[in-house]
Amino acid sequence: MSAWRSWLRRLSGLVIVLFALSVIVFVIFNVIPGGDPAVRMAGRHPTAANIRAIRQTWGFNKPLWTQYLDMMDRLLIKHNLISYQNQTPVLPTIGRAIPKTLSLAIGGGAIWLGFGVLFGVLSGLNQGKWVDRILTVLAMGGISTPIFWLGAVMLYLFTYVWHRFFLFSWIPPGGYVPITQSPLQWFEHLLLPWICLSVVSMGFYSRVVRNSLLEVQSADYVRTARAMGLSGRRVLLRHVLRTALIPVASLFALDFGAAVGGTVILIEPVFGINGVGNYAQQAVSQLDLPPLMALTLYGGFFIVIVNALADLLFTKLDPRISID
Amino acid sequence: MSVQAPDLGVVDGPAAIAAPAADAVGNWRAAWRRLRRNRAAMIAGGVFIFILFASFPGATLWVHLVAHRGPNVQNLSGFIMSGGHKVPVVSDDGTPIGPGFRGEYLLGADANGRDLFVRLLYGGRTSLTVGIASALLCTLLALILGIPAGYYGGIVDRSVSRLLDLIWSFPVYLLAIAISACLIVGGLDIGPIHISSTSLLIPIIVIAVVYIPYIARPIRGEVLALRRREFVEAAVAHGAGPVRVMTREILPNVAATTLVLFTLIIANNILTEAALSFLGVGVSVLTPSWGNIIQEGYSTMVTAPWQTLAPGIAIMLTAISLNVLGDGLRDALDPHGARQGGAR
Repeated sequence: MSAWRSWLRRLSGLVIVLFALSVIVFVIFNVIPGGDPAVRMAGRHPTAANIRAIRQTWGFNKPLWTQYLDMMDRLLIKHNLISYQNQTPVLPTIGRAIPKTLSLAIGGGAIWLGFGVLFGVLSGLNQGKWVDRILTVLAMGGISTPIFWLGAVMLYLFTYVWHRFFLFSWIPPGGYVPITQSPLQWFEHLLLPWICLSVVSMGFYSRVVRNSLLEVQSADYVRTARAMGLSGRRVLLRHVLRTALIPVASLFALDFGAAVGGTVILIEPVFGINGVGNYAQQAVSQLDLPPLMALTLYGGFFIVIVNALADLLFTKLDPRISID
Repeated sequence: MSVQAPDLGVVDGPAAIAAPAADAVGNWRAAWRRLRRNRAAMIAGGVFIFILFASFPGATLWVHLVAHRGPNVQNLSGFIMSGGHKVPVVSDDGTPIGPGFRGEYLLGADANGRDLFVRLLYGGRTSLTVGIASALLCTLLALILGIPAGYYGGIVDRSVSRLLDLIWSFPVYLLAIAISACLIVGGLDIGPIHISSTSLLIPIIVIAVVYIPYIARPIRGEVLALRRREFVEAAVAHGAGPVRVMTREILPNVAATTLVLFTLIIANNILTEAALSFLGVGVSVLTPSWGNIIQEGYSTMVTAPWQTLAPGIAIMLTAISLNVLGDGLRDALDPHGARQGGAR
């Protein structure tokens, strides 16, 4: 009963956050100077009559809250939201973009989770030895990399400088091929973007796993397990790793949400992937409110949902934690 | 009772109130001793100070003594002597001169014939200013939100936590981009204050706001644990008001965490500045910043790779030094953690 109530409360919190997000975006674009869409839509040499006509047809002369409700109605109920800038429907464009962005984020997430945990465990088990030192340096480098720059540099090296070198000659200079069309080409096109998306989190996770592993290894119950004569491997797998990986689970949920809802904006333009991030970047550069509203809610929705799932997972993994 | 060092919570007398602060000094000294033994952190600190020096006095000195050309001086039709030959700074096909061992154009020129190395130094000035200033603002706001939230609990805590949730669930880059895209068009007027659209304040404020939860959440958690401690109760029993307790008793005890987070968030903010400038919504193109230089060089990467490579390397070097330093600070200030993972 109380579990249901707590989930109901979380759900209502989610709706409130998304509502607040939409209001903030709407207000930012309508209150701050330079946001007036009618002036920009009227073209380079606008006449007063022209602007007035645009205001009339698009409803910019109505009160702000009517405009807001109208936009939400078009976005959530009628599904016919139209971009101000090029008058294209917003939702189908996002629909076409989502598979590309998800391909990018899921592959990248798998890489950073897998390698982050692997490097962290290696580092923690070899504390102070050269493996640990090298992995620490790599992790610090990963955390400190501007990913869009890494993307540009990798493209430059692999598709230009070393392109003739047989190992790299298959790497395409950006773009995207759907997995339904050719799984191999899908993989080839996404490998560099995946690496690019994963370096920062990979470095971060390996540090978190390392420190968490060291902390758990010196815990009393682990010492007890060892003293009872359990084998080192058994203690590591059954007792240490299970506890040490708990923080990673919630971290992964957070970062995956952030990747789908935002970080892709830095990677997709570099690699010429027409995903959600690229669409967001175009919308911003044209100060186009309707797609931005839809994309912000899409990103916010992802982040909020994934965070809620992370909490659920958290309570399953560690029964001591309960959601208040 | 926890065995963590400074505040052993002697309950009676004014000494109880003074105790944490007095012990705290010894604590900081011990932390500094531990930090000094951490070679990686000391090197990282040295590198960061060197980068600071190079970008602030160093940039001006280099222009005056060596390069003789400011960061925005174009030189499309000029020539310089290189290896005994007269070489055009920007050749006929638009390719700028590359790096070489000479005073002028140490790292070559950009497409407008501007000295890349000079721009890199001045770009560092901008990027570090934005990074440090936004980190300061962010930390300040996070303390203002986090300490009362943890101290008062109840409705204050709930509203602050909701606000942090809201900022947290906003896609970071999308929020930053949306705000700065708007501000860049028209600037900002708050009453009598006018912020011009090319002002550095825009990226500083945007970046500071976006990362508040990263600092405010851990601070709130720590205050939540601190407010039940005896020395806080002793201060309250002695009639200290909430503001006094928060500034005199709580603040010194979250200072260590704040310092670590502050160091790490500078690195993070420098990376964010670069990302925003790369997307064209960060620092105005009139001012060189590391992000801007990458953005300008990006399209000519194939013919003039240094313009993209150099600022990226500078960003990485700065961020690594701050991250290693922050890590070292954490180990030094939290001896428990140091015992666990510190062997370097």
